[in-house]
Amino acid sequence: MTKKYIIDEDPRYKQTNKETLSMVILLIANIAWWFIFAYGLGSSPPESYTYIMGFPAWFFWSCIMSCVLFSVLVWLVISLVFKDIPLD
Amino acid sequence: MNSANQHLPQIWIPVAIYLIAMLYIGYYSNKIVSASKGDKFLSEYFLGSRSFGGYVVAMTLVATYVSASSFLGGPGAAYTQGLGWVLLAMTQLPTAYLTLGILGKRFAIVSRKVKAVTIIDVIRERYEDNLWVVWLASIGAIIFLIVAVVGQFVGGAKLFQSITGLPYMWGLFLFGGIALIYTAIGGFRAVALSDAIQGTVMLFGTILILVVTIIAGGGVSNILGTLNSINPDLLTPYGVDNFIAVPWISSYWVLVCIGILGLPQNAIRAMAYKDSKSMHRAIVIGTVVSGILMLGLHLTGALSRGIIEKIPEGLTVDHIMPVLAIKLLPPWLVGIFLAAPLAAIMSTVDSQLILMSSTIVKDLYLNYINPRASEDQKRLTNLSMICTAILGLIIIIASIKPPSLIIWINLYAFGGLEATFFWMLILGLYWKRANAHGAIASMITGIVGFIAISKFWPRPFGTHPIVLTLVLGLIAFVIATYVTTPPKEETIRKFWGA
Repeated sequence: MTKKYIIDEDPRYKQTNKETLSMVILLIANIAWWFIFAYGLGSSPPESYTYIMGFPAWFFWSCIMSCVLFSVLVWLVISLVFKDIPLD
Repeated sequence: MNSANQHLPQIWIPVAIYLIAMLYIGYYSNKIVSASKGDKFLSEYFLGSRSFGGYVVAMTLVATYVSASSFLGGPGAAYTQGLGWVLLAMTQLPTAYLTLGILGKRFAIVSRKVKAVTIIDVIRERYEDNLWVVWLASIGAIIFLIVAVVGQFVGGAKLFQSITGLPYMWGLFLFGGIALIYTAIGGFRAVALSDAIQGTVMLFGTILILVVTIIAGGGVSNILGTLNSINPDLLTPYGVDNFIAVPWISSYWVLVCIGILGLPQNAIRAMAYKDSKSMHRAIVIGTVVSGILMLGLHLTGALSRGIIEKIPEGLTVDHIMPVLAIKLLPPWLVGIFLAAPLAAIMSTVDSQLILMSSTIVKDLYLNYINPRASEDQKRLTNLSMICTAILGLIIIIASIKPPSLIIWINLYAFGGLEATFFWMLILGLYWKRANAHGAIASMITGIVGFIAISKFWPRPFGTHPIVLTLVLGLIAFVIATYVTTPPKEETIRKFWGA
């Protein structure tokens, strides 16, 4: 049984849904980045590792750069997608 | 072990300053609490009147989440397993943008609309005052949080003991007592403000120990060279002898990332910011800070393997951070550094304590046992403070006979809380059809499931029990929802309407 509610949805939800969705996408990207660089670069034997700034490449990209990248991306997404709406 | 005996004053002075500062915050917040009139009291005591800006919200979120396991147990595991454990810790980078972003402004809007002061307030409104929902959620929260706080206190008291030689019980009563005092008298405001300071302390402590470790080891390449000669596995994502199996570490994305939406002491912070701008700032600041903390702490743990060959007699790998600090830092810095994990613990504990107190006083007592009590403000104030204090005391006493391994205890209570609240909160917020029966089904399935799976099938397909638990919880929620009546239109109007 599908119940249909007939209500006027809070107009702010259009914006908040956009914001939430952008954060979900960011999370998926974060997980993908982590996985691809950790296991894409890290699954070869350690003798064959290349190093960046002293760290194995897999580590540099999946751990260090993910912090930098996603901090910047979070700021970017918020600047572009989020709006200053009243909460009351 | 008290290898720092001869430097005790230098270690104690920064710690004492820190503890006094915490007490002062309690006192300052208490003035505001005492001045709040009538029905503003509950909002002030349990939510700080929603008055917090970006930096405080970010810090209280991260500090509440970062606890003994991140400062002690985690780096200890990184010492043993190498860089792969840092990779595991990075699943916690999204803490801030996940919590604030996914619960989002909708949560802030709705909670203001229904005048909610606790998570269970929101849940009660959404699930139409269903007694089972509220009581199950409340009892679940209290039980799991008690276990969690005991784990934190144990970690903290052991830490004190290992650095200063202070007997375990003294450490327990000292910082447990102080956390209890400022939380009881200052409420959520004291918790949030102290978290802001504690988070800042943690940040500097982390950067300090990481930089010092790298320098002492002669640079990253040098240290990793040493690690390579100990065991090349330490440089891989897989840990020693493939301890960090891919399905298992991947399930940490559920356990310590997505699942934390179900931690009430975490979710409540998504209700506490004062406006949109604060929320935006909090997301960015929180992300940067959690990144620095998670990367910094666990990397230090991994790198310390190249500096500390063997854990000193009588200690476990959980002590690697204090051991490292004592070895590398001048005595007065050891004291400052000791404040950091202490801050991590106290900031987690104070949030859990106030949450338990709010559950008992607001969600259970005022709602069902004695609603008239809210009319007498003096009595309510005393009741709230005494409840917080007694809770803290019970927990301190329970912490006297400590169980072992902090990281595992904490994660067990973690999973239980997540199993209880996750679907109830998320589906309640985003799915109109979700009803009380679904909530109850998912809670019971979640709690029973998590315990049963942890005991009898600890690695379902190689993953952490939380994954299967949440899957089962979702299925239970959906089935129970569809075979029972939908929520009333007025409920949906309350949560979705203009």
